[in-house]
Amino acid sequence: MYKIEKLNELAKIVAEKRAENASLEPRRMTAEEKDSLLAEFHPDYKQNEFTVLSAGVNKGDKVPTQLAELLQGKSRISSKDVDLSAPDYDTDVLIIGGGGAGASAAIEADQAGVKAMIVTKLRIGDANTMMAEGGIQAADKPNDSPAIHYLDAFGGGHFAAKPELVNTLVSKAPEAIKWLNDLGVEFDKEADGTMITTHGGGTSRKRMHAAKDYTGAEIMRTLRDEVLNRGIPVVDFTAAVEIILDSSGNAAGAVLMNMETKELLVARAKTVIIATGGAGRLHYQGFPTSNHYGATADGLILGYRVGAKLLYADTLQYHPTGTGYPEQIFGALVTEKVRSLGAKLVNIDGDVFMHPLETRDVTAASIIRECTANGKGIETDLGSAVWLDTPMIEYKNGEGTIEKRIPAMMRMFGKYGIDIRKEPILVYPTLHYQNGGLEINPDCSTGVENLYAAGEAAGGIHGRNRLMGNSLLDVIVFGRNAGIYAAAKAKETAVPEGLTLEHIERFNNELAAAGLDTDVQSPMLLPKYARKS
Amino acid sequence: MENKVNVFLFGKKYQVPAGLTIMTAMEYAGYELVRGCGCRNGFCGACATIYRIKDKQELHACLACQTEVQEGMYVATLPFFPLVKKIYDINEIKPTEQIMMQLYPEIYCCIGCNACTKVCTQELSVMQYIAHAQRGEYDKCAELSFDCVMCGVCSSRCPAGISHPQVAMLARRLNGKYIAPDCAHLEERVKEINDGMYNELIEKLMQKPVEEIKELYNTREIEK
Ligand SMILES: Cc1cc2nc3c(=O)[nH]c(=O)nc-3n(C[C@H](O)[C@H](O)[C@H](O)COP(=O)(O)OP(=O)(O)OC[C@H]3O[C@@H](n4cnc5c(N)ncnc54)[C@H](O)[C@@H]3O)c2cc1C
Ligand code: SF4
Ligand code: SF4
Ligand code: FES
Repeated sequence: MYKIEKLNELAKIVAEKRAENASLEPRRMTAEEKDSLLAEFHPDYKQNEFTVLSAGVNKGDKVPTQLAELLQGKSRISSKDVDLSAPDYDTDVLIIGGGGAGASAAIEADQAGVKAMIVTKLRIGDANTMMAEGGIQAADKPNDSPAIHYLDAFGGGHFAAKPELVNTLVSKAPEAIKWLNDLGVEFDKEADGTMITTHGGGTSRKRMHAAKDYTGAEIMRTLRDEVLNRGIPVVDFTAAVEIILDSSGNAAGAVLMNMETKELLVARAKTVIIATGGAGRLHYQGFPTSNHYGATADGLILGYRVGAKLLYADTLQYHPTGTGYPEQIFGALVTEKVRSLGAKLVNIDGDVFMHPLETRDVTAASIIRECTANGKGIETDLGSAVWLDTPMIEYKNGEGTIEKRIPAMMRMFGKYGIDIRKEPILVYPTLHYQNGGLEINPDCSTGVENLYAAGEAAGGIHGRNRLMGNSLLDVIVFGRNAGIYAAAKAKETAVPEGLTLEHIERFNNELAAAGLDTDVQSPMLLPKYARKS
Repeated sequence: MENKVNVFLFGKKYQVPAGLTIMTAMEYAGYELVRGCGCRNGFCGACATIYRIKDKQELHACLACQTEVQEGMYVATLPFFPLVKKIYDINEIKPTEQIMMQLYPEIYCCIGCNACTKVCTQELSVMQYIAHAQRGEYDKCAELSFDCVMCGVCSSRCPAGISHPQVAMLARRLNGKYIAPDCAHLEERVKEINDGMYNELIEKLMQKPVEEIKELYNTREIEK
């Protein structure tokens, strides 16, 4: 039951039309309809929320204003603060970030026989990877193929992705699933071993693999366990705040900061992998977010300052179904799997207003339109929202489906008295995923020698929009690739010499030349949520 | 006037708006969190917290990011708890009863007090999953422990010193790798790809001009 009586009343309308709505197969939008919907209602198209960069390698490109402030911010340190000639850590491959991409990279680097080390801002596994509920794509069914997966991913990304990256993504997908399975990840399977797969927004085949609705958690905790079993050093609560270069301008380590004592440390490495994930906690355009506490785009700042180029940093994914009510979980993700399992999106009149499995950008824009221009949203103190008719799942698939397939969702709402088996839930778009990032090649190299990037911090794989399930996949495929190639490169690289932080001053001069006078320090590391009285 | 409640953070009293979670109440009180805060969404187990309501007997445990503040709540966070994680090679071990005996022999010292189950922040049947682990029933242990966020609260209450989440982690990996059925279509597809079966098809797609690939995409057949 909702604590607000009006919502219980409105939910009854949804219940009354459930049978009729369940049998409905809403029409999919035409390409033209989608284009005009996006242009009018998607947050990425709101020009006044973006800033054109005037310093750095992407000068002239626009990025979200909050990101621009950090990209064109000042370093947290100056070269005088640390002694680069006496590193606290010495390793072959330095991995920044303890999410799925970082852990996968570490395992592969270790497998290749080099010294790897993970530094991470919170604990290993406190990461967006842990939170992924829905699933991971791979074309491993007989009616599917990597080529069909390619078309879905490339088209879903509005034909903007780098083709060679999409090729790598889809071609290595089945192997990635096998790798995880062999590590002990418990995928949902039939009794004969057949993978249980569903659709996700924008997929043309049912290729979403899952481990109930804890897919990311199941993957992340297994990878973490494997990292620990291999004895790979993991330094928790330690953030990278600046990349170190050597005398030839190649990446050669990072300056680290102990998050608790603020002590600065130096890590020297032959190759460096940025695997710092996304940016949800920058709250672009004031949106709530589904992301973990440390998602502040640090890797983009670190890379940009030493000259690594960004690609599609202006495109964000607003997940169409963030929680719209209650306040305690406002913005938290309602997995797309809820719609894959058959729940439809319904407005205040109880009417289905769109096909529930359009791509995410289209779905988000359509919900925003329903709540604004169409005036058919449901209002609460938190803003406007639409219904997601969860009871329809059991109406179609039988009792027990929700508990079996999406237990985390049931628990999340259950805590606030809402039984999603009996009552529909309120949803509104939430800032979810950074489609772009540091531009990479299939071997995860960036424009800076010996600097690699993987996972959500990387750009180019998903073009301008990512499909559900392709991100967990990218984290594994490119995380592993980063580990493999960074290890190979480390093997042929001598211990770096002439370590320097000169780039900080160079960048500061560039800011000054562009007339940018700022006191913003970056990377941000953590959002400021403490109330100042 | 906003509806306020009194909470005691580490014994110190603060007035915070009703409806906040323990985590946001701490931030409202002015704490800048570093430890004890990860996903903020009930998945990572970073925010294990114990509390007791003023003048009440019972001790509760919860995830701070998932739990609403209540009047008279005395709160202590448990951002770290020393668990024992044994090292093993997943390719060498086998899902036999002996493996638990070797790696986590303390599970056989369980006295059946059920404190772990009572306190679990995810409401799991912890004692029961340990019982399954004792008997080498790793599939059952995996099933019952699946939603474990490894917060460690159960272990903090265990008189036998068991590291429940690590035991369960081992069981799940054994189950996923050795006990769950193998997937034939997956093996098959990996082999096909390694044989280069799809290279040409994908190469062709990669070469196509945008207009052509748009057409292909917009008219592609979608599985029902
Ligand atoms: C709620 C939610 C649900 C999702 N569901 C799905 C899904 O169903 N399917 C799917 O495919 N994708 C999903 N995604 C997306 C996917 O989970 C992420 O994009 C992906 O896991 C990112 O992995 P990563 O390793 O790149 O980053 P993360 O997993 O976020 O890891 C980044 C790590 O880097 C650390 N870090 C950050 N900055 C620094 C620094 N300066 N120094 C040191 N360490 C740092 C972070 O603390 C963190 O540990 C979901 C995401 C969210 C948030
Ligand atoms: S079983 Fe223990 S570690 Fe796992 S969620 Fe419950 S209390 Fe936390
Ligand atoms: S708390 Fe320890 S001893 Fe008590 S039932 Fe649980 S596992 Fe057994
Ligand atoms: S912060 Fe992750 S479970 Fe609470």
